[in-house]
Amino acid sequence: MATVRGLKCRECGRPYPADPLHVCEFCFGPLEVDYDYDRLRGTLTRKAIESGPPSIWRYRALLPIEGDPAVGIHCGMTPLVKARNLARALGMREVYVKNDTVNHPSFSFKDRVVAVAITKALEFEFKVVACASTGNLGNSVAAHAAEGGLQSFVFMPADLEQGKVLGTLIYSPTLVAVEGNYDEVNRLCSEIADKYRWAFVNINIRPYYAEGSKTFGYEIAEQLGWRTPQHIVVPAAGGSLVTKIWKGLKEFERLGLLSGPCVTRMHLAQAEGCGPIVTAIKENSEIIKPVKPRTIAKSLAIGNPADGYYAYKVVKESGGHGEHASDDEIVEGMKLLASTEGIFAETAGGVTVAAAKRLIEQGRIPRDESLVLCITGNGLKTQEAVAPTLKVSLQIKPTLRSFDESMTSHGIEVTPRNLS
Amino acid sequence: MSVKVRIPTPLRGLTNGQGEVEGQGGSIHELIEHLEKSYGGLRARICDETGSVRRFINIYVNEEDIRFLQGTATPLKPGDLVSIVPAIAGG
Repeated sequence: MATVRGLKCRECGRPYPADPLHVCEFCFGPLEVDYDYDRLRGTLTRKAIESGPPSIWRYRALLPIEGDPAVGIHCGMTPLVKARNLARALGMREVYVKNDTVNHPSFSFKDRVVAVAITKALEFEFKVVACASTGNLGNSVAAHAAEGGLQSFVFMPADLEQGKVLGTLIYSPTLVAVEGNYDEVNRLCSEIADKYRWAFVNINIRPYYAEGSKTFGYEIAEQLGWRTPQHIVVPAAGGSLVTKIWKGLKEFERLGLLSGPCVTRMHLAQAEGCGPIVTAIKENSEIIKPVKPRTIAKSLAIGNPADGYYAYKVVKESGGHGEHASDDEIVEGMKLLASTEGIFAETAGGVTVAAAKRLIEQGRIPRDESLVLCITGNGLKTQEAVAPTLKVSLQIKPTLRSFDESMTSHGIEVTPRNLS
Repeated sequence: MSVKVRIPTPLRGLTNGQGEVEGQGGSIHELIEHLEKSYGGLRARICDETGSVRRFINIYVNEEDIRFLQGTATPLKPGDLVSIVPAIAGG
């Protein structure tokens, strides 16, 4: 079902055909996919979605592909975990974790955008796909390129965590380690995209790529029983995810799929060491001042966020706010999520939990209201962040006596099992 | 008050292909008005209907973004270098 009308400039509204374009020729604003919502209203029903595959593709009527999905068939429909222990620890009544640590195939929410982007790149007949990445995107592009039989180039800052680097290399792309930060990598990739005919998923394919993130929001609403939570906390790097979760919820509302209006306040979470959008939110200023990142949350280390302005607008429009997290709070957030709910998130997840904690303590997220935390990537990819603070509990010889002595000296008491 | 103005590739169609032109004006606002006289259509590409510089255009005076100076009221002196640079999308 082709419901795409074309592309449209988000700034001046000029229409463009659905080609691999990303910048308005007139005002240099970003282009966005435009859908024929009137055609969808009434034909896209809850039942139609519920009878679709258990993946992002149950929402394909709202995704910008013409034919069938070419890669990433099993992506999405990740668990929405009712987090009772975490709720108690945060002093909240109702908390859910949208858990993309287990997304297929590369364990982050980026699989959603890449499955769409690479399907589209194949529709446009590109032979090479590429990206600039802080890690998760590179993993996902390399994985999906392998599945789709495409050559891939992944450009990353040279100092990323080993899990992110190996998690890209294993799929046999060409990985280019750039001696610079992400913003420098991104600027370089813009120049390369101009020169070679490659599908850079987050540059010339960006309008199509970005649409995949709406599925994160669609799933939250569907998994909550076709309703929206009162609060969602989203981590921000470039700022795209929060704008697309919002777009997704508003599309559901517009199409009459929700049992009530969209009531969600969208809150943004960033690291103190790279938090330009949250700073703008706190200062009530729509001008985002670029920063030089310094944080263990390398996945969020984008000092000049491409969608910063739009992320700011979504937060303000929805009545939400934003908070920063220090490096220590980030690690504490990762550990809290793991020890209360058994979910091992990467640093971005720690940022989200920590920022939510601050917002709850400030009263911006009332304790009797419902909250969804967006957990976007797997903790095994950023082990360096927690390794220094995690220690083996007991080191013993292989004897019962050694164990018992060790337990006693550490003051650990457990009632022994009654063997009779 | 003569300043140098760097024109980005996408706008050179309006400046007869020139990547650098001379401009006059005591401020960015005056400079844009002056450039519009020689290169019709340039103002509409740089500014929206309200007269504000478009969000995805950056203007630098001697490498400083005018957003952090006085915006279009930023004063100019002879010999200043004004650069017009579209924002890099993506990432």
